[in-house]
Amino acid sequence: MKKVSQIQTLIIDGKEVGGKSDESILQVAKENDIFIPTLCYLEGLSDYGGCRMCIVEVKGMPRLVPACTTLIREGMEVTTNSEKIHNYRLSILALLFTERNHICSACVSNGHCELQTLALKLGLTHVEFPYIFPKMPVDATHDRFIADHNRCVLCGRCVRACHEVEGAHTKDIMGRGITSRVITDLKESWGSSKTCTSCGKCVHVCPTGALTEKGKSVAEMEKRRQFLPYLKLMRERR
Amino acid sequence: MEKVKIATSWLDGCSGCHMSLLDIDERILTLLESADIVYGPLVDFKDYPQGVDVAIVEGAVSSDEDEEKITKIRKLTKILVSFGDCAITANIPGMRNYFPTKELYERAYFENADLNQKRPSIRIPHLLSHARPIHEVVTVDVFLPGCPPPADVIFYSLSELINGRLPDLKGKTRFGR
Repeated sequence: MKKVSQIQTLIIDGKEVGGKSDESILQVAKENDIFIPTLCYLEGLSDYGGCRMCIVEVKGMPRLVPACTTLIREGMEVTTNSEKIHNYRLSILALLFTERNHICSACVSNGHCELQTLALKLGLTHVEFPYIFPKMPVDATHDRFIADHNRCVLCGRCVRACHEVEGAHTKDIMGRGITSRVITDLKESWGSSKTCTSCGKCVHVCPTGALTEKGKSVAEMEKRRQFLPYLKLMRERR
Repeated sequence: MEKVKIATSWLDGCSGCHMSLLDIDERILTLLESADIVYGPLVDFKDYPQGVDVAIVEGAVSSDEDEEKITKIRKLTKILVSFGDCAITANIPGMRNYFPTKELYERAYFENADLNQKRPSIRIPHLLSHARPIHEVVTVDVFLPGCPPPADVIFYSLSELINGRLPDLKGKTRFGR
Protein backbone atom coordinates (compact mmCIF):
# COMPACT_ATOMS: atom_id res chain seq x y z
CA MET A 1 0.00 0.00 0.00
CA LYS A 2 1.30 3.43 -0.86
CA LYS A 3 2.09 5.58 2.10
CA VAL A 4 -0.29 8.49 2.34
CA SER A 5 1.37 11.75 3.32
CA GLN A 6 -0.53 14.08 5.58
CA ILE A 7 -0.82 17.82 5.31
CA GLN A 8 0.94 19.62 8.13
CA THR A 9 1.04 23.27 9.02
CA LEU A 10 4.01 25.10 10.43
CA ILE A 11 5.47 28.58 10.76
CA ILE A 12 8.53 29.67 8.79
CA ASP A 13 9.87 33.16 9.58
CA GLY A 14 6.52 34.11 11.13
CA LYS A 15 4.59 33.03 8.06
CA GLU A 16 2.01 30.23 8.34
CA VAL A 17 2.69 27.63 5.67
CA GLY A 18 1.63 24.08 4.89
CA GLY A 19 3.26 21.06 3.35
CA LYS A 20 3.16 17.28 3.14
CA SER A 21 4.60 15.30 6.02
CA ASP A 22 7.31 13.77 3.81
CA GLU A 23 8.59 17.18 2.72
CA SER A 24 11.67 18.86 4.16
CA ILE A 25 11.76 22.34 5.65
CA LEU A 26 13.75 23.41 2.57
CA GLN A 27 11.13 22.13 0.11
CA VAL A 28 8.29 23.86 1.93
CA ALA A 29 10.33 27.07 2.18
CA LYS A 30 11.01 26.96 -1.57
CA GLU A 31 7.32 26.43 -2.33
CA ASN A 32 6.60 29.57 -0.32
CA ASP A 33 9.37 31.71 -1.83
CA ILE A 34 11.37 31.79 1.38
CA PHE A 35 15.08 31.87 0.53
CA ILE A 36 17.42 29.47 2.29
CA PRO A 37 20.99 29.31 0.89
CA THR A 38 22.12 25.85 -0.25
CA LEU A 39 25.20 24.33 -1.80
CA CYS A 40 25.20 20.52 -1.69
CA TYR A 41 21.42 20.37 -2.25
CA LEU A 42 20.21 19.91 -5.82
CA GLU A 43 16.67 19.11 -6.90
CA GLY A 44 16.68 15.67 -8.50
CA LEU A 45 19.41 14.26 -6.26
CA SER A 46 19.02 12.73 -2.80
CA ASP A 47 19.36 15.07 0.18
CA TYR A 48 22.85 14.90 1.63
CA GLY A 49 23.00 17.53 4.38
CA GLY A 50 26.75 17.84 4.02
CA CYS A 51 27.49 21.51 3.42
CA ARG A 52 25.42 22.88 6.34
CA MET A 53 24.67 26.05 4.36
CA CYS A 54 20.90 25.57 4.84
CA ILE A 55 21.00 25.38 8.64
CA VAL A 56 17.92 26.83 10.35
CA GLU A 57 16.64 27.29 13.90
CA VAL A 58 13.69 25.19 15.01
CA LYS A 59 12.00 26.28 18.22
CA GLY A 60 12.55 23.69 20.94
CA MET A 61 15.51 22.03 19.22
CA PRO A 62 18.84 22.55 21.02
CA ARG A 63 20.96 22.92 17.88
CA LEU A 64 20.68 24.24 14.36
CA VAL A 65 19.41 21.71 11.82
CA PRO A 66 19.90 21.45 8.06
CA ALA A 67 16.66 22.41 6.31
CA CYS A 68 17.25 19.93 3.46
CA THR A 69 17.24 16.80 5.64
CA THR A 70 14.79 17.85 8.37
CA LEU A 71 11.18 16.88 7.69
CA ILE A 72 8.41 19.25 8.68
CA ARG A 73 6.22 18.58 11.71
CA GLU A 74 2.87 19.94 12.76
CA GLY A 75 3.27 23.18 14.70
CA MET A 76 6.98 23.56 13.98
CA GLU A 77 8.39 27.09 14.27
CA VAL A 78 11.34 27.70 11.94
CA THR A 79 13.66 30.70 11.67
CA THR A 80 15.67 30.70 8.43
CA ASN A 81 17.84 33.71 9.17
CA SER A 82 19.22 35.30 12.32
CA GLU A 83 22.55 36.79 13.28
CA LYS A 84 23.65 33.46 14.70
CA ILE A 85 22.69 31.50 11.57
CA HIS A 86 24.19 34.14 9.29
CA ASN A 87 27.53 34.06 11.13
CA TYR A 88 27.67 30.27 10.95
CA ARG A 89 26.97 30.36 7.21
CA LEU A 90 29.70 32.96 6.69
CA SER A 91 32.17 30.82 8.65
CA ILE A 92 31.29 27.75 6.57
CA LEU A 93 31.81 29.72 3.36
CA ALA A 94 35.07 31.19 4.63
CA LEU A 95 36.37 27.72 5.51
CA LEU A 96 35.46 26.46 2.05
CA PHE A 97 37.41 29.31 0.47
CA THR A 98 40.53 28.67 2.59
CA GLU A 99 40.58 24.86 2.28
CA ARG A 100 41.27 24.80 -1.47
CA ASN A 101 42.45 27.35 -4.05
CA HIS A 102 39.40 29.21 -5.32
CA ILE A 103 40.87 31.74 -7.71
CA CYS A 104 37.70 33.14 -9.25
CA SER A 105 39.44 35.47 -11.70
CA ALA A 106 41.20 32.54 -13.41
CA CYS A 107 38.32 30.05 -13.23
CA VAL A 108 36.27 28.69 -16.12
CA SER A 109 33.18 28.97 -13.92
CA ASN A 110 33.73 32.63 -12.98
CA GLY A 111 30.31 34.27 -13.02
CA HIS A 112 28.46 30.94 -13.05
CA CYS A 113 29.74 29.53 -9.78
CA GLU A 114 27.47 28.75 -6.83
CA LEU A 115 30.25 29.27 -4.28
CA GLN A 116 31.06 32.69 -5.72
CA THR A 117 27.35 33.61 -5.85
CA LEU A 118 26.85 32.56 -2.23
CA ALA A 119 29.74 34.81 -1.15
CA LEU A 120 28.07 37.69 -2.99
CA LYS A 121 24.59 36.95 -1.64
CA LEU A 122 25.70 36.50 1.98
CA GLY A 123 28.00 39.53 1.80
CA LEU A 124 31.34 37.78 2.32
CA THR A 125 33.90 40.40 1.26
CA HIS A 126 36.96 38.72 2.78
CA VAL A 127 37.98 35.66 4.74
CA GLU A 128 39.33 35.98 8.28
CA PHE A 129 40.84 32.48 8.44
CA PRO A 130 44.35 32.04 7.05
CA TYR A 131 44.45 30.51 3.58
CA ILE A 132 45.98 27.05 3.45
CA PHE A 133 47.09 27.11 -0.21
CA PRO A 134 47.22 23.31 -0.53
CA LYS A 135 48.88 21.79 -3.58
CA MET A 136 46.02 19.97 -5.31
CA PRO A 137 46.08 17.80 -8.42
CA VAL A 138 44.24 18.39 -11.68
CA ASP A 139 43.04 15.31 -13.59
CA ALA A 140 42.84 16.11 -17.31
CA THR A 141 43.18 12.51 -18.51
CA HIS A 142 39.57 12.23 -19.70
CA ASP A 143 38.92 13.07 -23.35
CA ARG A 144 36.20 15.61 -22.64
CA PHE A 145 36.27 16.55 -18.96
CA ILE A 146 38.63 17.94 -16.32
CA ALA A 147 38.61 17.43 -12.56
CA ASP A 148 40.35 20.34 -10.82
CA HIS A 149 40.52 19.57 -7.11
CA ASN A 150 41.63 23.12 -6.36
CA ARG A 151 38.00 24.18 -6.85
CA CYS A 152 36.18 21.26 -5.22
CA VAL A 153 33.95 21.93 -2.19
CA LEU A 154 33.20 18.24 -1.52
CA CYS A 155 29.45 18.77 -1.89
CA GLY A 156 29.15 15.25 -3.27
CA ARG A 157 26.72 16.20 -6.05
CA CYS A 158 28.88 14.43 -8.67
CA VAL A 159 28.96 11.27 -6.56
CA ARG A 160 25.19 11.28 -6.15
CA ALA A 161 24.45 12.10 -9.80
CA CYS A 162 26.78 9.33 -10.96
CA HIS A 163 25.31 6.80 -8.56
CA GLU A 164 21.65 7.76 -8.42
CA VAL A 165 20.93 9.06 -11.90
CA GLU A 166 23.49 7.49 -14.22
CA GLY A 167 23.86 4.32 -12.13
CA ALA A 168 27.58 4.05 -12.77
CA HIS A 169 29.03 5.05 -9.37
CA THR A 170 32.34 6.00 -10.91
CA LYS A 171 32.81 8.93 -8.53
CA ASP A 172 33.20 8.65 -4.79
CA ILE A 173 34.83 10.48 -1.90
CA MET A 174 37.86 9.09 -0.10
CA GLY A 175 39.63 10.23 3.03
CA ARG A 176 38.31 12.12 6.02
CA GLY A 177 37.83 15.77 6.93
CA ILE A 178 40.10 18.25 5.23
CA THR A 179 41.99 15.50 3.38
CA SER A 180 38.85 14.18 1.66
CA ARG A 181 39.01 14.02 -2.10
CA VAL A 182 36.60 13.13 -4.89
CA ILE A 183 38.02 10.10 -6.69
CA THR A 184 37.32 8.17 -9.89
CA ASP A 185 36.80 4.44 -9.27
CA LEU A 186 39.45 3.32 -6.77
CA LYS A 187 41.49 6.52 -7.08
CA GLU A 188 42.43 6.00 -10.69
CA SER A 189 42.82 8.51 -13.48
CA TRP A 190 39.51 9.57 -14.99
CA GLY A 191 40.70 8.85 -18.52
CA SER A 192 41.36 5.17 -17.82
CA SER A 193 38.08 4.56 -15.97
CA LYS A 194 36.17 1.51 -17.22
CA THR A 195 33.00 2.41 -15.33
CA CYS A 196 32.66 6.05 -16.49
CA THR A 197 30.10 6.32 -19.30
CA SER A 198 31.27 9.88 -20.18
CA CYS A 199 27.67 11.09 -19.77
CA GLY A 200 28.84 14.38 -18.21
CA LYS A 201 26.15 14.56 -15.52
CA CYS A 202 28.77 14.98 -12.79
CA VAL A 203 30.19 17.98 -14.66
CA HIS A 204 26.85 19.70 -14.96
CA VAL A 205 25.72 19.20 -11.37
CA CYS A 206 29.05 20.48 -9.99
CA PRO A 207 28.43 23.89 -8.34
CA THR A 208 31.94 25.24 -9.01
CA GLY A 209 34.64 24.87 -11.65
CA ALA A 210 35.92 21.62 -10.13
CA LEU A 211 34.37 19.48 -12.86
CA THR A 212 34.31 21.14 -16.27
CA GLU A 213 34.29 20.46 -19.96
CA LYS A 214 37.55 20.73 -21.84
CA GLY A 215 38.13 23.65 -24.19
CA LYS A 216 36.53 26.31 -21.98
CA SER A 217 38.33 29.50 -21.06
CA VAL A 218 37.79 31.83 -18.10
CA ALA A 219 34.09 32.39 -17.32
CA GLU A 220 32.95 30.24 -20.26
CA MET A 221 31.73 27.19 -18.37
CA GLU A 222 27.99 27.32 -17.83
CA LYS A 223 26.38 24.29 -16.25
CA ARG A 224 23.17 22.90 -17.73
CA ARG A 225 21.16 20.89 -15.27
CA GLN A 226 17.58 21.26 -16.47
CA PHE A 227 17.60 17.52 -17.19
CA LEU A 228 17.74 16.44 -13.57
CA PRO A 229 14.16 16.89 -12.31
CA TYR A 230 12.84 15.38 -15.57
CA LEU A 231 15.03 12.32 -15.26
CA LYS A 232 13.90 11.90 -11.70
CA LEU A 233 10.25 12.26 -12.68
CA MET A 234 10.55 9.66 -15.44
CA ARG A 235 12.22 7.20 -13.12
CA GLU A 236 9.53 7.62 -10.48
CA ARG A 237 6.83 6.88 -13.05
CA ARG A 238 8.42 3.63 -14.15
CA MET B 1 37.58 72.52 4.97
CA GLU B 2 40.83 70.69 4.59
CA LYS B 3 40.90 68.15 1.79
CA VAL B 4 40.93 64.42 2.51
CA LYS B 5 44.33 62.88 1.77
CA ILE B 6 44.16 59.77 -0.38
CA ALA B 7 47.10 57.50 -1.15
CA THR B 8 47.13 54.51 -3.49
CA SER B 9 49.69 51.78 -3.66
CA TRP B 10 50.48 48.65 -5.60
CA LEU B 11 52.10 45.54 -4.18
CA ASP B 12 52.08 42.14 -5.97
CA GLY B 13 49.32 42.74 -8.52
CA CYS B 14 48.86 43.54 -12.19
CA SER B 15 47.79 47.23 -11.88
CA GLY B 16 44.35 46.27 -13.18
CA CYS B 17 42.73 47.65 -10.04
CA HIS B 18 44.37 51.03 -10.66
CA MET B 19 43.11 50.85 -14.26
CA SER B 20 39.63 50.26 -12.91
CA LEU B 21 40.11 53.26 -10.60
CA LEU B 22 40.85 55.36 -13.69
CA ASP B 23 37.69 53.92 -15.24
CA ILE B 24 35.64 56.15 -12.95
CA ASP B 25 36.56 58.68 -15.70
CA GLU B 26 35.58 62.30 -15.17
CA ARG B 27 34.03 61.46 -11.81
CA ILE B 28 37.57 61.60 -10.45
CA LEU B 29 37.25 65.41 -10.76
CA THR B 30 34.23 65.32 -8.43
CA LEU B 31 36.27 63.35 -5.92
CA LEU B 32 39.22 65.72 -6.20
CA GLU B 33 37.01 68.67 -5.19
CA SER B 34 37.21 67.35 -1.65
CA ALA B 35 40.26 65.10 -1.78
CA ASP B 36 43.89 65.08 -2.87
CA ILE B 37 45.81 62.09 -4.15
CA VAL B 38 49.03 62.48 -2.18
CA TYR B 39 50.88 59.28 -3.10
CA GLY B 40 50.79 56.37 -5.55
CA PRO B 41 51.56 55.28 -9.10
CA LEU B 42 49.18 57.92 -10.51
CA VAL B 43 51.08 60.86 -9.01
CA ASP B 44 54.75 61.76 -8.67
CA PHE B 45 55.59 61.81 -4.99
CA LYS B 46 58.52 59.65 -3.95
CA ASP B 47 57.88 59.22 -0.24
CA TYR B 48 54.77 58.10 1.59
CA PRO B 49 53.62 61.18 3.53
CA GLN B 50 52.40 61.55 7.11
CA GLY B 51 48.74 61.89 7.98
CA VAL B 52 47.11 60.06 5.08
CA ASP B 53 43.37 59.63 5.65
CA VAL B 54 42.62 56.83 3.19
CA ALA B 55 45.03 54.41 1.52
CA ILE B 56 43.80 52.02 -1.13
CA VAL B 57 46.25 49.22 -1.76
CA GLU B 58 46.14 46.69 -4.56
CA GLY B 59 48.09 43.41 -4.68
CA ALA B 60 49.18 40.67 -2.34
CA VAL B 61 52.07 40.86 0.12
CA SER B 62 54.63 38.77 -1.72
CA SER B 63 58.13 40.11 -1.04
CA ASP B 64 60.09 41.71 1.77
CA GLU B 65 59.62 45.03 -0.03
CA ASP B 66 55.82 44.58 -0.05
CA GLU B 67 55.93 43.81 3.66
CA GLU B 68 57.93 46.97 4.41
CA LYS B 69 55.62 49.08 2.25
CA ILE B 70 52.39 47.86 3.78
CA THR B 71 53.75 48.14 7.33
CA LYS B 72 54.72 51.76 6.66
CA ILE B 73 51.39 52.52 4.98
CA ARG B 74 49.47 51.03 7.90
CA LYS B 75 51.47 53.10 10.38
CA LEU B 76 50.91 56.41 8.59
CA THR B 77 47.28 55.90 7.48
CA LYS B 78 43.91 56.21 9.17
CA ILE B 79 41.82 53.95 6.94
CA LEU B 80 43.37 51.14 4.93
CA VAL B 81 41.37 49.70 2.03
CA SER B 82 42.24 46.26 0.66
CA PHE B 83 41.70 46.92 -3.02
CA GLY B 84 40.85 43.94 -5.25
CA ASP B 85 41.19 40.17 -5.05
CA CYS B 86 44.99 39.99 -4.84
CA ALA B 87 44.95 42.19 -1.76
CA ILE B 88 42.07 40.21 -0.22
CA THR B 89 42.72 36.59 -1.23
CA ALA B 90 46.25 36.59 -2.77
CA ASN B 91 44.44 35.59 -5.99
CA ILE B 92 46.81 35.03 -8.96
CA PRO B 93 50.05 35.93 -7.11
CA GLY B 94 48.98 33.27 -4.59
CA MET B 95 49.14 30.58 -7.26
CA ARG B 96 52.88 30.36 -6.70
CA ASN B 97 52.28 29.39 -3.08
CA TYR B 98 52.16 25.68 -3.90
CA PHE B 99 55.85 25.75 -4.85
CA PRO B 100 58.92 26.46 -2.70
CA THR B 101 60.50 29.84 -3.60
CA LYS B 102 63.71 28.03 -4.58
CA GLU B 103 61.83 26.29 -7.40
CA LEU B 104 60.36 29.62 -8.51
CA TYR B 105 63.80 31.23 -8.78
CA GLU B 106 65.09 28.19 -10.66
CA ARG B 107 62.20 28.40 -13.08
CA ALA B 108 62.43 32.16 -13.66
CA TYR B 109 66.17 32.75 -13.78
CA PHE B 110 67.53 29.44 -15.07
CA GLU B 111 65.01 27.14 -16.81
CA ASN B 112 63.30 29.97 -18.69
CA ALA B 113 66.40 32.08 -19.29
CA ASP B 114 68.21 31.56 -22.57
CA LEU B 115 70.97 34.04 -21.86
CA ASN B 116 72.80 35.03 -18.73
CA GLN B 117 71.39 32.39 -16.40
CA LYS B 118 71.93 33.98 -13.03
CA ARG B 119 69.88 34.97 -10.02
CA PRO B 120 70.14 38.74 -9.59
CA SER B 121 71.61 39.69 -6.25
CA ILE B 122 70.87 43.42 -6.12
CA ARG B 123 67.75 45.62 -6.47
CA ILE B 124 65.37 42.66 -6.61
CA PRO B 125 63.17 42.17 -3.53
CA HIS B 126 63.26 38.74 -1.94
CA LEU B 127 60.15 36.61 -2.20
CA LEU B 128 58.45 35.63 1.03
CA SER B 129 57.59 31.94 1.34
CA HIS B 130 53.95 32.76 0.48
CA ALA B 131 52.06 35.57 -1.22
CA ARG B 132 49.54 36.60 1.49
CA PRO B 133 46.41 38.73 1.65
CA ILE B 134 47.12 42.14 3.21
CA HIS B 135 44.91 41.49 6.25
CA GLU B 136 47.08 38.52 7.22
CA VAL B 137 49.95 41.01 7.64
CA VAL B 138 48.36 44.24 8.95
CA THR B 139 44.89 45.32 10.07
CA VAL B 140 42.59 46.28 7.21
CA ASP B 141 39.51 48.51 7.59
CA VAL B 142 37.65 48.12 4.29
CA PHE B 143 37.56 45.21 1.84
CA LEU B 144 36.78 45.93 -1.80
CA PRO B 145 36.79 42.60 -3.70
CA GLY B 146 36.78 42.14 -7.46
CA CYS B 147 39.25 41.31 -10.21
CA PRO B 148 39.17 44.18 -10.80
CA PRO B 149 36.49 45.84 -8.64
CA PRO B 150 34.00 47.62 -10.94
CA ALA B 151 34.56 51.37 -11.41
CA ASP B 152 31.09 52.23 -10.04
CA VAL B 153 31.82 50.43 -6.79
CA ILE B 154 35.21 52.14 -6.54
CA PHE B 155 33.56 55.53 -7.02
CA TYR B 156 30.89 54.72 -4.43
CA SER B 157 33.54 53.55 -1.94
CA LEU B 158 35.74 56.61 -2.39
CA SER B 159 32.76 58.96 -2.14
CA GLU B 160 31.74 57.37 1.14
CA LEU B 161 35.29 57.43 2.51
CA ILE B 162 35.83 61.06 1.52
CA ASN B 163 32.63 61.93 3.36
CA GLY B 164 33.89 60.19 6.48
CA ARG B 165 31.76 57.06 6.18
CA LEU B 166 32.80 53.42 5.81
CA PRO B 167 31.23 52.00 2.63
CA ASP B 168 29.00 48.95 3.00
CA LEU B 169 30.22 46.69 0.21
CA LYS B 170 28.22 43.58 1.04
CA GLY B 171 26.53 42.26 -2.09
CA LYS B 172 27.95 45.03 -4.30
CA THR B 173 30.99 43.27 -5.73
CA ARG B 174 32.26 39.72 -5.75
CA PHE B 175 35.48 37.72 -6.03
CA GLY B 176 36.42 37.31 -9.68
CA ARG B 177 35.18 39.93 -12.07
